[in-house]
Amino acid sequence: MSRAAALLLLGLGALITVLPFYFMFVFATHSRAEIFNLPPPTWFGDNSGANYTNLLGKVPFWRNLWNSLYLAGLSTITTLFFCSLAGYAFAMYNFKYREALFSVVLATLLIPSALNIVPFALIMQAFGWIDQPRALWVPGMASAFGIFLMRQYIGSAIPKELVEAARIDGTSEFGIYRRIIVPLCGPALATLGLITFINSWNNFLGPLIIFRSVETFTAPLALRSIQGLVNTDWGALMFGVALTVVPLLVVFAFASRQLIEGLTSGALKG
Amino acid sequence: MQQAQILSTPTRLRPGARWERFQRRYAPYIFISPFFILFAIFGLFPIVFSAYLSLHEWQPAAGLGSMKFVGLRNFTDNLTDPTFWQSLKNTGIIALESGIPQHVIAIPLAFAIHMGLKRVKGLMTALYFLPYITSVVAISVIFVTIFSWQYGVLNVLLTWLHHIPLIGGLFPAEKVNWLGNRAFVQPAVASVVVWRYVGWNVVLYLSGLQAINGDLYEAASVDGATTFQQFRSITLPLLRPIMFVAITLTLIGNLQLFEEPYIIAGDSGGIGNVALTTVMYMYRTYNFYSDAGLAAAMSWLLFILIGALTLINNRVFGKSRLSGAD
Repeated sequence: MSRAAALLLLGLGALITVLPFYFMFVFATHSRAEIFNLPPPTWFGDNSGANYTNLLGKVPFWRNLWNSLYLAGLSTITTLFFCSLAGYAFAMYNFKYREALFSVVLATLLIPSALNIVPFALIMQAFGWIDQPRALWVPGMASAFGIFLMRQYIGSAIPKELVEAARIDGTSEFGIYRRIIVPLCGPALATLGLITFINSWNNFLGPLIIFRSVETFTAPLALRSIQGLVNTDWGALMFGVALTVVPLLVVFAFASRQLIEGLTSGALKG
Repeated sequence: MQQAQILSTPTRLRPGARWERFQRRYAPYIFISPFFILFAIFGLFPIVFSAYLSLHEWQPAAGLGSMKFVGLRNFTDNLTDPTFWQSLKNTGIIALESGIPQHVIAIPLAFAIHMGLKRVKGLMTALYFLPYITSVVAISVIFVTIFSWQYGVLNVLLTWLHHIPLIGGLFPAEKVNWLGNRAFVQPAVASVVVWRYVGWNVVLYLSGLQAINGDLYEAASVDGATTFQQFRSITLPLLRPIMFVAITLTLIGNLQLFEEPYIIAGDSGGIGNVALTTVMYMYRTYNFYSDAGLAAAMSWLLFILIGALTLINNRVFGKSRLSGAD
């Protein structure tokens, strides 16, 4: 009895969670007039083509999507490299100030990002990096969270003897990282890669500060610029929203288990 | 044992041994240096700069030379600005309205998923987690149409529910102007935040639940404790460390709310400014009023508030167990 009630409640909650996504796709296939009709559409329409054309008439959306992809791709690759390297150092070496330095890494996680907004904008202005994607991926090349995650994983999953053996065989320190650590870090790298990609793809405030011309906009910025228009074309906007979200949904469909398990076991193990 | 000795002898004699020792000693410092270099340039320097900036009057467009030292005036200006106080009040209300339900919903949800529903565990967690991985902008745009006054799905649904006998009285007879009525803008924004973060908290709490020894529940059921009693006397107390982490994260995140209110209520902060959060106001001060010093001082006031509340949270939930430092 209580089991059925729990299941019912969970199902209802899941429905509320998923419903907005359903309407996102339904609205993407309707014109503005149809979306704001009474009652609103609950099933797919046939206006996708026109929405798509209208969307491209307002913003260079494929270009915006490419910008998002470029940023997310670069952030992900660099973050994986630098965080796994640092995680390896923290997990496998005994060196002076190790604990203190690691505490600094953790402490940076607690700094509210709001504190950084104004100086960030000013520094990028001073560097001449306004409208340049590097303003976003260069500062994000190594994240404290990523180092934390990689250290936890390397420390618990890779035996120190393996590293020791390679060293005796004459492998260089970086060679150990490249030939032993990286190949054994698959699950942790996948988790960190997913998180980094998703965060970069969805970032809004950073691009809002950096990008000024519609050519350099990321997808979320382009969507916002359409919404800001006086007579918002909601059909076109919804089509753009769907285009932006679909890649994430596809990635998530394949990797949700990996992502969730990686987050829970890596981030919070005592 | 003996083998190791044999192997290590030639290592010591090899000509490259000195280089090996050198690189072994300095490798870790080189490997961790990218983070610290990046943090120094893009993390630490901005913070120091922002502290310096907060004591100056400066319009960035006029160049660095136009900086004028004004002491604490930016702080007193902010503290005597009614809009700043309103933004703090808005932030606080939205943070509470979205923060409390997040946890009140997530804890029992995680408990239900963990206890009885092993089969649907993966699917349920993934579904609830979905909003968290999706662009706030995309989501907020959808909710703007859902909240729409005359034609929004939500109002249509509520009207429909109102016409059901018996329970109909629970639902409003009139359409609610969610984004056009002062009283409803904050709850509307808060509900989107709740919707977005419940799954994230469910995942956190699930990891906490997995760490609780199952024998405790078994012993309790042998003693005849009901599920609710087990939840109250075993789960909740043992969940405290995770609750501390989850609430800290919510606190820090909610007090810096920007995207949801910005998209849902508009950059002006909606009707009567009720959805103007402090970070939105700071962005406006910097971007539209070009007053960098005032905006920097505002970020420090917000920082102090976040720090104070985190400290209180730390006290309430006892010794922190933010793991990782071993």
